[in-house]
Parts: sequence; structure tokens; C-alpha cells
Amino acid sequence: MSLVVSNLSVSHGAISALRGIDFSVEVGQLAAVIGANGAGKTTLLRTLSGLKDAISGNATWKDREILGKRPDELVRRGISHVSEGKSVIPELSVKENLILGGIWRGKKSDTAEAINEVVELFPRLGERMSQSANTLSGGERQMLAIGRALVSRPKLLLLDEPSLGLAPIVIEQIFQTIDQLRHRLGLTVLLVEQNAMSALEIADIGVIINLGEVVATGPANELINDPALRAAYLGY
Amino acid sequence: MESWREARCVVAKVVGGNTGSKVRKKLALFFLIGWILLIIGDRVDELRVYQGAQIAMYTIALASIVLLTGYSGQVSLGNGAMMAVGGYAAALTLNNLQTPIWSAFMMAILVAALFGAFLGLAAARLSGPYLAGTTLALAVGLPAIANQFSFLGGEPGLLFDVGFPPERFGEDFTQYKWFFWIATFIALIALFVTSNILQSRFGRTWRAIRGNSLAAELSGINASQLKVLAFSVSSGLAGLAGAVLAMTISLVAPGAYTLALSFALVTGAVLAGISSLPGVVLGGFILVAIPEIADALASSLGSEDKLNSYLPGLIVSVLLILSVIYTPNGPGENLRKHFHKKSAH
Amino acid sequence: MQKALETLLIGLSTGSIYALMSLALVLVWRSTRVINFAQAGQAMFSTYIGFEIATRSQIFWLGLLFAIVAGALLGAGVDYFFMRVLFKHANSGPALVVAPVIATLGLLGLIRSIVGLTWGGEFKSLTAPASKNGFTFGEVTIPFSPLDSLTIITVAVILIILALLFQRTNLGLALRASAYSPEIAQLAGIRTARTRTIGWAIAGGVGGVAGMLVTSYNFLTPYSLDLLLVFGFIAAVIGGLESMVGAVIGALVLGIGLTIILNYVGTSLVFIGGFSVLLLVLLIKPDGIMARGKVRRG
Repeated sequence: MSLVVSNLSVSHGAISALRGIDFSVEVGQLAAVIGANGAGKTTLLRTLSGLKDAISGNATWKDREILGKRPDELVRRGISHVSEGKSVIPELSVKENLILGGIWRGKKSDTAEAINEVVELFPRLGERMSQSANTLSGGERQMLAIGRALVSRPKLLLLDEPSLGLAPIVIEQIFQTIDQLRHRLGLTVLLVEQNAMSALEIADIGVIINLGEVVATGPANELINDPALRAAYLGY
Repeated sequence: MESWREARCVVAKVVGGNTGSKVRKKLALFFLIGWILLIIGDRVDELRVYQGAQIAMYTIALASIVLLTGYSGQVSLGNGAMMAVGGYAAALTLNNLQTPIWSAFMMAILVAALFGAFLGLAAARLSGPYLAGTTLALAVGLPAIANQFSFLGGEPGLLFDVGFPPERFGEDFTQYKWFFWIATFIALIALFVTSNILQSRFGRTWRAIRGNSLAAELSGINASQLKVLAFSVSSGLAGLAGAVLAMTISLVAPGAYTLALSFALVTGAVLAGISSLPGVVLGGFILVAIPEIADALASSLGSEDKLNSYLPGLIVSVLLILSVIYTPNGPGENLRKHFHKKSAH
Repeated sequence: MQKALETLLIGLSTGSIYALMSLALVLVWRSTRVINFAQAGQAMFSTYIGFEIATRSQIFWLGLLFAIVAGALLGAGVDYFFMRVLFKHANSGPALVVAPVIATLGLLGLIRSIVGLTWGGEFKSLTAPASKNGFTFGEVTIPFSPLDSLTIITVAVILIILALLFQRTNLGLALRASAYSPEIAQLAGIRTARTRTIGWAIAGGVGGVAGMLVTSYNFLTPYSLDLLLVFGFIAAVIGGLESMVGAVIGALVLGIGLTIILNYVGTSLVFIGGFSVLLLVLLIKPDGIMARGKVRRG
């Protein structure tokens, strides 16, 4: 039972973004998807969460096909996507952003419970519940975005560059938090990052994408220690 | 600001057409069409001749929409109002200044173009729905404005009498035929000039603006100025059409320039291809045909009053919706795509 | 002093009706990025239905209820059957800019024709739920009537209900989220397409109320709501199109402004006045009075 992507190809109009992507992630694992800008990582997540249609290939989560479904259907199946660039709605309050993740469920009590759990994880959010989301700092917004995804009580979490635009100290915290919560909640996580090092350090496996193709997969610690890969893709 | 001489040169080139032989060919074509129409005019009955005049009027009005919406990308419902401006200008000139008819038509163009420039200035920064809404407001409010000023004749309006056909044409030359000749003559000239304008650098620049106004600005094009120019020229054309309309009904009144007219124009333009000038002839035919079809339908369904009033509107609306959904760029584009697909295999 | 007070009150009454219309326009604009000119047609249709019920039952409020329901159903129907088809087909070329505008105008014409064919064009008179004669205090009669006060109260009630809906319910949150950021809303599991349809339904229902209220003052014809659409649009533009509060404020300002012109200048210039206000706002403060620095793009 896991996430299996086979021979996935996606394009933007005439331009091919992903070609023949193959990889799989076991339940409970954190997979770091690494690659340079424009490699296709964001496209991958958007295709898996239903925002984009693939040209060919399959992707299954727990043996059920997830391609070509609407995003809201996938949320109901336990897949939550935190998109690139702080996926919060600035015009709404912190609390409202969190509630957003639970509206589909329809049961207010469940949502309230889930929000409490999130606040335990991110106490800073708890302090700012009634504030407008655009008053939050970068790191707080990222926490809010992740929190909103967690309110949906997902089993598979897709994170798109959570470290983008954040200060190094905050990035540390974010990665630690991601590591903690995925163990605590038993989440399967697909973590897309340009910050390869930090991502691989908390990951179980790594998937390296370059120019739309998978160039390497394997246990994270092996990828970190392979000098050729490090030179080519991790920058040192 | 160029000197007057240069400006006159530019205008002459634009209006008269740029490339030598192409223009001569076009001129020849228009002469031929004119000749054919004249012959046809002699052969058909009164009703058709009158409708011919109406078609001519519509082609001018539709040309104004093609220029404004098809080329410069501004959706306006105000062309009906501009037609009214032209109509009133022509009538006022004719009635008060005792000038020959031709100058009445010229005044129609000039005054409408002036109003259009003014409207264009206000509208230059608007796009899409804002422009449409504003011009909608103008179209809805026109009757109120017209009723306002007594020199405009209020609701009954003003007379617009172009006079009887010259005696040398003989006794058989009817009033309607005279209308037809005048309308067709004016339409041919107007379409010739418009065609040249659209093929000139102005036409190209308008299309650039329509496509991507930001990119156009970055290429050094002053989008606002050109948009205002488009409004002005388009309104001038509409004003001319309005004067021709007034001629055919011998009257200028608010009731002739309703919101329904603006609607019909937009419909005709969309149906015939909103950026295709040749399409305006087809559009004119369609617009004249619709009331006929509606009448025929109405009488076969039992002619109640309300059928007559609302059936044409129904047909126009349905056509508009269907064409905007299925052939938004005009049937020409769909045909082109179809042939492309076939040749690609 | 008395005249000023009268002007203010009448302005409020007029403005509150415009507020419903501008609110409906803004609601649809924010969720779909389309100015729904057919709103006038929807409101007209709902009002005819309301008129029939009210006239047969002799109860205005029953008619109002039916108008709301009819408006909501029609609004939802237009979004579901019409707008979705439209966006599927018209998505390239000059059509993209032009199509939705022309389509809603076509729809307006279509609804008007259908209404005309069904009910005919004669002037129909709706029995108002309250007297149109001004309140009298002893010898003095002011132009402000029980009907005016009822109008203001009705609109206020509706606005309060809507405010509660938007601010305090999950549905309202979903509506706002889908309007602000459709993608994030989708990723949060909200069915944005369905939510948008609900938004259209609300707008349609609100338009129905506006139509019924306006008609209790004037006659009903297939053209009688055109002016309401125009003023509603102007009000929405004044308010900035992006905020519902702005729509309401813009409408009240417009209502009071037009009444000032009516009382101090003369009936004649009312429309020109309204049109000039529109042009003025568009020229000077194009983002409306509630502007937050957003660019006014179609």
C-alpha cells in the first residue's frame, strides 16, 4: 500500500514537462523530490493532486488510480497538497484558513478537533487565530499552510518547496517540524525541494529529477553520500 | 506632433490605401460591385430595394463594430448611441443650415467622431466588462438624454428629408430607389476607406493592442491614444450609418436607436466574423433577414402583437449566444480550423 | 433642512434597492470574473413570477418569496448550463475577452424575449405592500412613504442575513475562499464549481428581491429593470467591484447623489447625472472608493 508512479508524462501545451517518471514511496516514508528549478517537480505535485492532467502513465495511491481526478476528490481520499508559495489565503483569518481544510468533511466537531491538534503542533498559530493571515511572517504562513492541510487529516502529504523564501533558521525549524509530524501522524510525505541537503537529511528515500526525467532514486543516505550525485545535483 | 503636411500625407495614405496596384485592384473591385448593385437595383421590386438600402446601412454600422471590437478589441454597446448622434447631427444640419445633403452626412461623421473621441478618452483605461457596462449605460440612457433637449425634438424626433430623386432619372425612379442609390454609394465609399484603414499600420497596431496591450506598449505603441483613435473612427462610421438610417425612415427619433439596435449590431458582427470586414455584408443581410423570418414565423404561429415584438429579439439573442459559444471568432475561423485539420493528415 | 432630510431618506431608499443589484453583480464578478448583464433578465423573470403569485394570492410577501426562489434557481441554472459551456468553448483568440460579455448580453436579450413572448409587453402593476403616500405629520407631508421605509428595512434584513452567511457559516467561508483563491480552495477540498453555482444562486435570489421592490414603485415590463441594472452597475463600479461592502456603500452614495440631483436640479438630469458619476469615478478613481490598490482589469 503506497504511492506508485509509473511512466508518467505531463506537458504544458507543446512543451514536455515530465517524461516517463517512475518511482514509488512506501506508506509512512518521506520521499524527497530534488532537482533544479524548472526540473518539473512542481508539475509532478500538481499532477498528483489533480490540478493538472497527465498525457500518459499512471499514479496510484493505495492501489487506486489518482490521475485525472478533481482535487477535491483526492482530498477526500486523504491526499493534501500544500502548493508552492505559502498556500494560504491572506484575506482570511488564521482560524478561517484552518477551518477551510475541514469544510469538505461537513462535521464541525471533527474539524474543531483537528484544528486543536494543529494548534498543539504549531502553538504560534494558536496565538494568532483571529488575526488576518497576511499579518503572519513567512515561517508562520508556511506553518499555517501545512496546518490547513493537516486539518484534512491526510494520509499522503504533498509539500512543494516549504523552505522557499524563508530565513535559514526558520527553514531548520520547518524541516524539523515536518519530520516530527510525519512520524507522529504516520504520514506518507512527498517533499519537493530545491534545498536538497536539508530535504535528504530528513528523508527515507530520494528522487532526483532533471529536465523532466528521473535520473536517480534510492535511499536518502546513499544519495547524500554518493559523490557523483552530489556534484551533479546537490551542488557540492 | 507632426506638422500638418505630414499629417495630411498620412491621412491620405491611410484613407487612400498604401500599395499602388493593390489599391487600384480594390478600387476596380468596388466599382464593379457598385455597377452590379445598380443593375440589380433596377430589376428588383420596391421592398427589396428598400431592404437593399437597409443592408447598406447595416454594413456601415457593422464595419464600425469590426473596427472597434474586432480590431482594437474594445467591446462597446455604444455604437447605437453614436448612430443616433450622427443621425441628429445630419438632421440638424439639413434642417437648420439648408446645406446640400452631402454635407449633412459629413457632419454626421464629424460630430459622431468627436463624440466618439470624447467617449474614447473616458473609456481608454477601461477594458472588458467595464467598457461594456459603461457603453450599456449610454445605450440605455440615450432616450432619456434625447428627450431632454427640446432642440432634439423630444420623443417624436426630427424630420430628415433628403428630398426627391433628381428629375432627370425619370418618373419611374422611386424614392426608395433613390435611398438605395445614396446608401449604396455611401456604403461603398465607407467600406473602401475602412478597408484601407484596417490594412494600414493603424489596423495592424490595433490588432497588436487587442492581442496583448502590455507587449504593444513595450514596443513603443501608445495604446491609449490608439484606442481613442479607434473609438473616434468607429463612431464616425456609426454616425454615418445613423444618418443613412435616418434617411431611410425620413426621421430621427430616440425610438430608432434603441438598445436593441446596439444588440443587433453586436450580433451581426459576431455572426459574420467580428474581425472580418468582408463579413459585414453577410451580417447586413442577416440583420435584414431576421425581421422577415420572424414575421413569417409569427404569422404562421398566429400573429399576436407580442409575437411580432419579441420574436425578432428571440432569434437575434439565440443566434448571438450560439455564435458566441460555437464560433466566437466568426464562422471563418471554424472553417479554417477544419481545413487545417484535414490538411494535417 | 427638511428638504435635506427628505433627500437623504429617499436617497437611502433608492440606494438600498441599487445595493441589492450591485451586490449581486459583485458577487458574481468575484466568483466568476464576469459581469453578468443577464442579471437584469434574471431579476426580470423572477419578478414576473413573483408578480403572478402576488397578484393571485394578494400577498406581496408570498410573491417575494417565489421571486427569490425563482431567481436562485435561474441563477444556478445559468451558471451550470450556460457559463460552464461558454468557458469550455471560448478560450482563445479575441473571443476570450469578448465572449463572456457578449454572451451575458445575449442571455439578457434571450430572457427578455421569452418573458415578452410569455407575458406580453403591457405594463403590469404590482400592488405594493405599503402605501406610497408620504408620511403626514399633522399638516405636513413628506415624500418619504411607508413603502420607502419598508424597502429600507427589507434590504437591511437581507444584507444582515447575507453578512451572517458570509462571515459565520462554512458555506460563506467556502464562497469567500473560492472567490479569493480558487486553487487553494480546491486543494482544501472545496468543490469550487458547485460553490460558484451557489454564489450565482444567491445573486439571482437577491436580484429577484430588487426586482420586486423596484416594481412596487413602478410598472413591470420586459424593459423596466434595465435602468436598475445600469444603476446597479454604476454603484458596483463606485464601490470598486471587489468588495461587497463597497457595493453597498457605492449604491447608497449613488442613491443619495441621484436624489440630490432630482430634488435640487430637476428630473431631467438624473440619468445624465448617473452617467457622469460613472465616468468621473472611472476617470479619477478607477478602483472605486474601496480601492486597495488592485488594478482594474477586465
